[in-house]
Amino acid sequence: MDTRKEKFPYGIPGHNLSEIEREIPIEEPPVWPVNDELKVIGKRVTRIDALEKVTGKAKYTSDIKLPGMLYAKMLRSNVPHAVITSIDISKAESLPGVHAIHLIENAQKEGEENNNGKYPMVKYAGQPLGGVAAESLEIAKDAISLIKVNYEEKPFVIDIEAAMELNAPIVFDVPITQQEDGGDVGETHDGSKGEGNVRGPSTSSFFGGPRGDLETGFKEADVVVERTYRTQVHTHMPLETHGVVVDWNSDQMMVYASTQNTNAVRNEMASVFNLPKSKVRVFCDFMGGGFGAKHSAGSFGPMAANLAKKTGRPVWLMLDRQEEHIAEGNRPNSIQSLKIGARKDGALTAIQQRSHGTAGVNLGAGVGRIAQILYPCPNFATEQYDVLTNAGPGAAWRAPGNVQGAFGLEQAIDELAEKLEIDPLKYRDIIDKSEVRKVERQRGAKLFKWSRRQPAGSGDGVIKKGLGVGQSTWPRFVSLDSTVEVKIHNGGGVEIRSSVQDIGTGTKTILAQVVAEELGLPVAAITVNIGDTFFPVGPGSGGSVVTGSITPPARNAAYEAKKALLKLVANKWETDSSDLFIDNGEVGSKGDASLKMSFKEATQLMRTSQISKMASRSNDYGGFQQPWGLAYGDLGSVQFAEVSVNTDTGFIKVDKIVAAHSCGRPLNIGQLESQINGGVIQGVSYALYENRVMDKGTGHMMNANVDQYKVPFSMEIPEIETVIVEEYAARSSTDAYGIGEPANIATAAAIANAVYNAIGVRIYEIPITPSSILKALNKVS
Amino acid sequence: MEDKNQGSESKPTKGITRRSFIRGAGLSTAGSVFLTSNALAFDYKEQHVAGKEFGPEAITLKMKVNGIIKSLSVEPRTTLASALRDHLELTGTKVVCDRGSCSACTVYLDGKPVNSCMMSAFDVGEKEVTTIEGIAKNGELHPVQQAFIEHDASQCGYCTPGMVMSCVHLVENNANPDLEDVKKATRGNLCRCGTYPHVFKATLAAAKKTI
Repeated sequence: MDTRKEKFPYGIPGHNLSEIEREIPIEEPPVWPVNDELKVIGKRVTRIDALEKVTGKAKYTSDIKLPGMLYAKMLRSNVPHAVITSIDISKAESLPGVHAIHLIENAQKEGEENNNGKYPMVKYAGQPLGGVAAESLEIAKDAISLIKVNYEEKPFVIDIEAAMELNAPIVFDVPITQQEDGGDVGETHDGSKGEGNVRGPSTSSFFGGPRGDLETGFKEADVVVERTYRTQVHTHMPLETHGVVVDWNSDQMMVYASTQNTNAVRNEMASVFNLPKSKVRVFCDFMGGGFGAKHSAGSFGPMAANLAKKTGRPVWLMLDRQEEHIAEGNRPNSIQSLKIGARKDGALTAIQQRSHGTAGVNLGAGVGRIAQILYPCPNFATEQYDVLTNAGPGAAWRAPGNVQGAFGLEQAIDELAEKLEIDPLKYRDIIDKSEVRKVERQRGAKLFKWSRRQPAGSGDGVIKKGLGVGQSTWPRFVSLDSTVEVKIHNGGGVEIRSSVQDIGTGTKTILAQVVAEELGLPVAAITVNIGDTFFPVGPGSGGSVVTGSITPPARNAAYEAKKALLKLVANKWETDSSDLFIDNGEVGSKGDASLKMSFKEATQLMRTSQISKMASRSNDYGGFQQPWGLAYGDLGSVQFAEVSVNTDTGFIKVDKIVAAHSCGRPLNIGQLESQINGGVIQGVSYALYENRVMDKGTGHMMNANVDQYKVPFSMEIPEIETVIVEEYAARSSTDAYGIGEPANIATAAAIANAVYNAIGVRIYEIPITPSSILKALNKVS
Repeated sequence: MEDKNQGSESKPTKGITRRSFIRGAGLSTAGSVFLTSNALAFDYKEQHVAGKEFGPEAITLKMKVNGIIKSLSVEPRTTLASALRDHLELTGTKVVCDRGSCSACTVYLDGKPVNSCMMSAFDVGEKEVTTIEGIAKNGELHPVQQAFIEHDASQCGYCTPGMVMSCVHLVENNANPDLEDVKKATRGNLCRCGTYPHVFKATLAAAKKTI
């Protein structure tokens, strides 16, 4: 591969900005300077699709209407564990307006559980069994209520601790594998090891396995903190539920999908129906929220397709709110014990972690890698167990594992600091080697006025104030299967095409910014056509991979297209194209200021209708930590929380959060603030409100709606201030990364630490409710 | 059964219909239902003709929406939200919780915000419905819509129509709102992406421009 050397900005402006030389592929564009010297990158560019959103014109999957379209509804089990003996659909079939009924039947593949007859065995209440397509949604619902399912019920178990008992009802008596969209990103849990409902443990990650020797480490420790932390199950509750509209004609299966991954849905549908990928087209223009759970076609995708096949008509199948809560993902709970040792000078000597969590009928209930990598520690070991229960499957949920893990780790670090009589922020200066988090601590503490923090529980009065801090890390993942096409049309018009989708994070806008910057055009001159699998494959929107994966090829493709265009201009001007540039929509020459041509005129020099260039994500400059796309560095954050706790009522109010974050080169400040605000608010929600409540007697979720499933509304929103630290690492042509996961990891721990600082008693379980405050204060039993 | 046409006879009957539930519970509009503290109810009298029975089959109904009288054929159990979305193709109005807890389906009835998922289409009567599609006038955005764009007050955008409806109603009725007023005006609106801080900023900025 031909390469050249370039000097890149490196480090943090205002702190340690320097230059670094990198060897880069010769065809890649010249280095971008820091954001201050760029025109649209790093600026508050308004979202290019905001107009459609504020006027109600944005079409989401749930809004799709096609000629002849039928509405479908899923049939679900209403018991948590059973063998289905029969299903009577005769009454539903004869209901006027019903067009087709499809029941899920056992394929009888080798290795699957047998002895369970025609239909799959029911493993949780709400498991999909079939579906109905009808003239209207109301008729489809009526038909579902007319289907009679006969069950031979079996003992079941809902509670994680009950499921860990040796005599507990067994959820699966065979080894199972993790569903593709389940749990931890990039890590597969082993369902073949273990006893009863307890599977695992998982002891290593792509950051390696155990380190050193725990016994030696704890012997060296002067202080030790050993605690058990508990986190709850919470569901994703995106406003737009999971669902699809499938239009399957003889030549092509068209799938409109509310998805975070058009390409994965395309591949799944092609695989289920044994179609070539070229015959399945998945489309997602506007998407009403995912947060990790929408990477798969699920069972609703194939169901809609089967009903479309049976009826020959397009089928709309969007889940309702209850189904969404029960069956389409949740963050597994955790019971984590953490033992950490440190010397008098603060240095960590050993970290031992052991966790159990349940992702219901799925695997992936680990507590992530945050205890393994946030602070260097020579002796480390983790054992993370999955516990199977008769409840809906867990799925990746914004920073899977790490949010649970951070809640434990960052409280333990706080407690360690107190034992060592060191301020918790200063303690992190001692043990945290990250340069970017150091800057985040400095800038965040100043904005937050950390210096006003008082000793724990020292406040007067009924309402006590508390301040706390929490930190996080998230890997820089890159999806190498990320391709973008950039087209310059004859007569003007620039178009970006990729299957990558915009799930509300602003992907369309940052793509337009990157290409606009490269082409010297205003953002409004760029059309972004994405979310369509007929275009080159882009990454799924998960793990904060999109920005780091798709913006470098977008810039590189635009650069190639620009070079082709400038060649045409150079021919006309009889000059060298390397001498030409585009700025403010005009082609100019470095050598001769009198040469000028508008971008539009330049495009009219084309002999063809378009210049089309495609680029795929190249390897990071300087290589990866892991060749599959684990980049060097991390996405670090420091969050500060201020709370007020009423010690008479137990009522907790989060007054303020300061969130200091880094994501490499920031591309769009307004959108980054939006995502950080969102991560923080979801963190507040996790810390204080959300909880999936299951009825142990029936196996049903008790609060599968919006009013009893508690989340913060406007009155509960704290003041949020963001600090975005620019950090250049010289790893790609944009050097930019995402912020989705990092924004969500540290909040709950910061709040828990603030609550401790307020009342002087530590709470080890979330959600922290008024009742848990009053219990901690010994005011109720 | 593939070729069955929709018939109008023999609909199964239910114990409690949505309509009777709505009547029994009272209307909670532009806010959450009585189970939460978010209720922000406006008085609203049902407009149907007393004693007149509708249904069970679909019948034709006239409704004034965004200044235009529309004619639609709906079953008596049809909610206003469904009438707008499924029959008039006004899909800007979103259905999220389908039980009056999230305000995504907020529309105005004679200028007052209501949850269209909790209301029978037949109860609209002669009142005028305004949906998100009717907020921009003659192609010109309302200052709240403009401010939502400038302050990045939408992420996934699914709550945005309902948010805009709540915030437009606020600035049209309160010339000088403060942050607390904006929070109260949107307290029934669920945004799962957590865009609230930018919604607050945008609405306060729009209120200043509206004066």
